[in-house]
Amino acid sequence: MLPEIGLLALILALILALLQGVLPLLGAARGDQALMAVGRSAAWGQFVFLFIAYLILTHAFLTHDFSVAYVASHSNLALPLKYQLSAVWGGHEGSLLLWALMLGFWSVMVSIFSRSLPADVLARVLGVMGLVAVGFIGFMVFTSSPFERLIPAPLDGRDLNPMLQDPGLIFHPPTLYMGYVGFVVPFAFAIAALLGGRLDAAWARWSRPWTAVAWAFLTLGIGLGSWWAYYELGWGGWWFWDPVENASLMPWLTGTALLHSLAVTEKRGTFKNWTVMLAILTFSLTLLGAFLVRSGVLTSVHAFAVDPSRGSYLLGYMAVVVGISLSLFAWRGPKVGLGGSFGMFSRETGLLLNNVILVVACAAVLLGTIYPLVLDALGLGKISVGPPYFESVFLPLMLPLMLLLGFGPTVRWKQDDPLQVLRRLRLILAFSLVVGMLWPLAVGSWSLLAAMGTFLGLWIMATIVHDVFVRLRQTPPVPEHDEAKSPRVRRLGLGYVGMQLAHFGMALMVVGITFVIGYDQERDVHLRIGETITVAGYDFRLEGISRVQGPNYVADRGEVTVFDGERQLPTLYPEKRYYPSQEMPMTQASLNRGIFRDLYVSLGEPLPDGSWIARVYYKPYMNWVWLGCLLMTFGGLIAAADRRYRLKTAQASVAHPDPAVLANAKPSGTG
Amino acid sequence: MKSLLLLSALLLVIGVLMQPLGAREILIFENPEQEMRYQSLVRELRCTVCQNESLFDSNAPLAIDLRNQIYGMVKEGAEREQVVDYMVSRYGEFVLYRPRMSPLTYALWFGPIILLIIALGALFWVLRSRSRDKTAQTHNAATLTPEEQQRLDRLLAGKD
Repeated sequence: MLPEIGLLALILALILALLQGVLPLLGAARGDQALMAVGRSAAWGQFVFLFIAYLILTHAFLTHDFSVAYVASHSNLALPLKYQLSAVWGGHEGSLLLWALMLGFWSVMVSIFSRSLPADVLARVLGVMGLVAVGFIGFMVFTSSPFERLIPAPLDGRDLNPMLQDPGLIFHPPTLYMGYVGFVVPFAFAIAALLGGRLDAAWARWSRPWTAVAWAFLTLGIGLGSWWAYYELGWGGWWFWDPVENASLMPWLTGTALLHSLAVTEKRGTFKNWTVMLAILTFSLTLLGAFLVRSGVLTSVHAFAVDPSRGSYLLGYMAVVVGISLSLFAWRGPKVGLGGSFGMFSRETGLLLNNVILVVACAAVLLGTIYPLVLDALGLGKISVGPPYFESVFLPLMLPLMLLLGFGPTVRWKQDDPLQVLRRLRLILAFSLVVGMLWPLAVGSWSLLAAMGTFLGLWIMATIVHDVFVRLRQTPPVPEHDEAKSPRVRRLGLGYVGMQLAHFGMALMVVGITFVIGYDQERDVHLRIGETITVAGYDFRLEGISRVQGPNYVADRGEVTVFDGERQLPTLYPEKRYYPSQEMPMTQASLNRGIFRDLYVSLGEPLPDGSWIARVYYKPYMNWVWLGCLLMTFGGLIAAADRRYRLKTAQASVAHPDPAVLANAKPSGTG
Repeated sequence: MKSLLLLSALLLVIGVLMQPLGAREILIFENPEQEMRYQSLVRELRCTVCQNESLFDSNAPLAIDLRNQIYGMVKEGAEREQVVDYMVSRYGEFVLYRPRMSPLTYALWFGPIILLIIALGALFWVLRSRSRDKTAQTHNAATLTPEEQQRLDRLLAGKD
């Protein structure tokens, strides 16, 4: 009975989404307050019904209701509780429910935090979000209901894919989806602005914090996915240029461009058309990602089960969304003014260059991802496009971008003198060049690529430190309404602090990637009990193998002692697990993580002579990559919390003018 | 890189000498170049029965067989191209993660660079037209009529 109520809740949510999508837009067009007000209550109602559906599906998992097909194919009587809870989004239908739930959540958040927006703007934003929700909830109801019955019910479920039985499943999909779905908000703001014909600095200021939060979640989601794959798949890789990973990287690239373009639109009133275009593009790429992953057009480790009707639904949906958005853009876009003017060498130019590089990088990833699909569809043969291709086109684009990232934020708006910038930063340039050239020697032998990576990483870090000091010295003393004891950093504004934190994270990541690619070491060995293998100066000794009984698997667990010369490090316990429910072996790697290196052992098959196949890795600076992701996430969140977004929308600035707001408002008025 | 390879070669030698105390390397090569050739090949060739994994990543029986076969070929002195040709003749272009340059893949290989050139060209064009606007504006601003100049002076003085 409950699953039928779940389906009913989905249908009700669909109807409410339809109301949310149609009535407020109608109201905004006619200036009808009552119709506009429907948006908020419909958004809340939609969210509540989606949440009910989600709870019912969770309940079906917890009670092992195998008469629900989705539960039967993704759970099992022996599945541990935490994976029963996260198995809810372990497959196509359930993850789609999570997606829709999060979209509802974002709608509710917009209705809470944007109360002070003009009524017609809020109505249009919620309306667009409602229409997007119609597409996703409809997709679920018509092609992929998680409440489909399986009669007669099997005695036991087929079990969750063992690869997904990991804490990674608990955190990775929810964060990633929060990011994906979050980009609906800037899209909705952009469409609302096109509809209302008000594409101004205020619009950019409203959508900036939302974009930053969505971007932060997407960054964290991708980072968590990579972190998970790194230890779960057992071969030490952390980015595979797999189509599904590319599907998340593409909106990240354009989303990053959007974040930067919004900054210019808010502060200088320029690039409006381009910013709108990026908002549309980013959302379209999240749809493309959903299509690639869920339609079965590609083969990937992460792809969901194949069903042609889903593919055609998503393709149709994507065509409608992109078609309508672009027509609207073509109709309304050109009416938007040019905005403030700026010189050849200025912050604006730097940000435009950033956008050009990011968008071209995204296009290259897109090209490589769909090229094999297109050739195949045209009957021109089957080819593969893999890591060697992506590395050779992506890397040359990232090098100039990182160089730009170093000095870009120090260049003045409107006009600056390149020679002066060079003079300001010449010591930093010299420092990062010299130290960058020497640093690789501390890790291994020198190579040009490693030296370039470390130079760029240092260059970014050093310019950030320099810029923060300069600004702290230049920023005027604490304004009276700011508590006198507030830290000096507060004066910089959270927006600035968040930006520099994110940039610093990027620099850490550049260094991490450089070293782990350039200097990782890996050994494939046959180990007998008691034998030692030396990798990168560390001795790994297989002490023994024992049989371990897990909650729903049996494992052979190796005990590997690790010595750094004389010093003993924590013992590693790599496992080879067998899940009887799916007759599937799984490798569980064991790691010793550190700031400057990870040691990584994974266990392979046993051999007839009593030895074991094992892989032993030395991964220098691996954690700098994850640390970089974390800093970028925090940077995005902190920037979104900047008080000027709240003050401006709450219109509290009238009573107490915030100097930051005034300073930023001034240039946006020009042009 | 070279000293790294020398180091690994040294470790290999030590490993061999220390049998059976030390662990056995699964693969032993004649020289570091061969090992490097092998390592890059197994990473750039696709396991054709897997979802999307290279021969190196995969533990499928076919991947293990092919790894052994490539190991054998490399050890007998086969060049990179010979191995690639052999694999393509058996499994088709699909097996290559680095697609070969051909009329069919020109768009793939040259697309990004052409796009970058177009985008940079557009950027330059926009910037030039923008900064021309700007010089026009500053030019206007610089040539004030005497009345305007007087008003400006008054305004500036009044502000103090």
